[in-house]
Amino acid sequence: MGDKSLEIDGISKRYGAKVALDGVSFDVRAGELFGFVGSNGAGKTTTMRIALGVLAADAGEVRFDGKPITHEARTHIGYMPEERGLYPKMKVLDQLVYLAELHGLSANEAHRNAENWIARLGLSERRRDEVQKLSLGNQQRVQLAAALVHDPGVLVLDEPFSGLDPIAVDVMSAVLREKAATGVPVVFSSHQLDLVERLCDRVGIIRSGRMVATGPVAELTGRAGSKLVVTAPSAPPGWAAALPGVRVLENHGPTSVLDLAPSADDQAVLAAALATGPVTEFSRQRRTLTELFRDAVAEQPRAEGETA
Amino acid sequence: MKTLSARRAVWLVMKRELNTRLRTRSFVVGTAVMLLVLIGVVTFQAFLAGSKSTSTVGLTGQSMGVAQQLQAAGAQTGQTIKTVAVPNAAEGREKVDKGDFDALVSGSASELKVLVKSTLDSKLRAVLDQVARQQVLDATLAEKGLDPAQVMREVSAVSVGVDAIKPKDPDSDKRLVIGLVVVGLLYMSIVTYGVLVAQGVVEEKSSRVVEILLSSVRPWQLLMGKVLGLGLVGLTQLAILAVVGAAVASATGVFTLAGFATGALVWGLVWYLLGFLLYATIYGAMGSLVSRQEDTQSVVGPVNMVLIIGFIVGFNLLIQSPDGTATKVLSLVPLFSPILMPARISTGAAASWEIVASLVLTGALVALLTWLGGKIYGNSVLRLGSRIKLTEALRG
Repeated sequence: MGDKSLEIDGISKRYGAKVALDGVSFDVRAGELFGFVGSNGAGKTTTMRIALGVLAADAGEVRFDGKPITHEARTHIGYMPEERGLYPKMKVLDQLVYLAELHGLSANEAHRNAENWIARLGLSERRRDEVQKLSLGNQQRVQLAAALVHDPGVLVLDEPFSGLDPIAVDVMSAVLREKAATGVPVVFSSHQLDLVERLCDRVGIIRSGRMVATGPVAELTGRAGSKLVVTAPSAPPGWAAALPGVRVLENHGPTSVLDLAPSADDQAVLAAALATGPVTEFSRQRRTLTELFRDAVAEQPRAEGETA
Repeated sequence: MKTLSARRAVWLVMKRELNTRLRTRSFVVGTAVMLLVLIGVVTFQAFLAGSKSTSTVGLTGQSMGVAQQLQAAGAQTGQTIKTVAVPNAAEGREKVDKGDFDALVSGSASELKVLVKSTLDSKLRAVLDQVARQQVLDATLAEKGLDPAQVMREVSAVSVGVDAIKPKDPDSDKRLVIGLVVVGLLYMSIVTYGVLVAQGVVEEKSSRVVEILLSSVRPWQLLMGKVLGLGLVGLTQLAILAVVGAAVASATGVFTLAGFATGALVWGLVWYLLGFLLYATIYGAMGSLVSRQEDTQSVVGPVNMVLIIGFIVGFNLLIQSPDGTATKVLSLVPLFSPILMPARISTGAAASWEIVASLVLTGALVALLTWLGGKIYGNSVLRLGSRIKLTEALRG
């Protein structure tokens, strides 16, 4: 692919006997917001650090615009590491100008961009303050500005939303959408799955160093089947248990929550419910990313057999 | 798309170090304090050079007649002798006991008796002996019908002709002082700015900013920029000290800016740069092994120790014999050359081949240690957490 997309292809990494990543592959297309989710320690940060070149992979390749990524190309990535970091004693403006220049901008461009992002993120009154004197929320904004100040062609953000207040979350979401809209591939990791679901075009789920699902949110949740909520006051307990492709998830009095396999027919379920008497509620709900994630992570123990 | 050349990366890192360090209060205050100390040393030297030893001698009885002779004989040997007449021996004795008089002289000119508290200063003794002998000599000459003044003129006209194999440089003491000042300044600057390199590396690790930096510059560029930047800050400080120190020294007349003093300053700056480059990368590499400022001391300690040993041993050897074999050998060992060689150069004890050899050896070690330090740094700078073992960092 020669379309400014970021491809992670078969990346593996071991730390001694421990396998951190095992053939991780996914791609983030130009103009796309890609959500990268997984439990703590699943390998998100390791993957991102390898993509940035701050860590070397044992196997596999990272490509940008169809070509293996070079050090030079990496300077065009905007990066927010998991471990936040700025010079505590450097002033906000100086710091952003310095980072922009380190990413290849001229002094003038660096100043212009730094001032732009400072204004955009509401830091104008703090621009001459040392970073360590800022509130935590403002430090996060500076950190975001640091990832964006050099007009990056790719954005890789590790947990950009953690520790943000709701307003800052909105600002961050808007900025990420805006960057994606200019044709930049944006990948970020997060534990806030509702946010990922709302924001992202596609997601990748990683578990114990392996990708278990990659695709558009709707496709993944659709593939996982859906939920039916049925309220049939006269129905006897266990009325739905024998229906093909149906699994009873919960019962609250007259209301049953059913898991419907992708192949199962919801109309058959409705007919079965009506056969027991009146049906006061019948709704079909798409599975949420959170549920999908729980299922994916729950499958964990048996298949793996701990390669270590 | 914009690109960042390696040279510009190093330049940017270096510029940041210069900007942030030169503006700090600690740099300004530190330089001011060092200047004051230096000026203090120089003016103290000036004071020492200006003051001659002064003795107060009490004269009683017949001895009052030798007052003028005593003063004249003292002046010949560079002593100021103050004479005070005392009416009786008892009063004089009291003053000697109290320390007002260094000595109380009594008796006739040819049989002088001296009373002191505990010992008679050897220079003063020589003067008194000479005065007594002169009295006897004068009397004897007069007895034989000769004019004492005439004889003395003839005698003083004769002196020994001296041919020295290694004539002592009349400036040798001044040269040694300059040499010692150079040793002290170089030691201090290399340690101070070396430790600052280590602290800077640890600061970037502990604040986690290093991960962002290394997403656009390579580890060696970051380390090199830091080393060059801090090295220049140190050089700036040394240059200020050297220029002001030299100006004060020549203003107070301790020594004029003769050729050797200028040479010592230039060589001092050259060796500072070499010495700093020699140690700075290692300081940086050691700093990269830890992730917290509190742990810095434990990793830079051994490096400091090498410099401290070089400083103490070198300082003592220089005072004892700047051109001794031990000093010569030690000044050729590359780890110690940056401190010792400039001092030996300023004392004038270093042969040209020694200077060239030490420059070459030190240059070679700089290359080796820079490579080694860069490797350690590159392998450990992104590994946060507990202290990394040196062997692990070397293996990568």
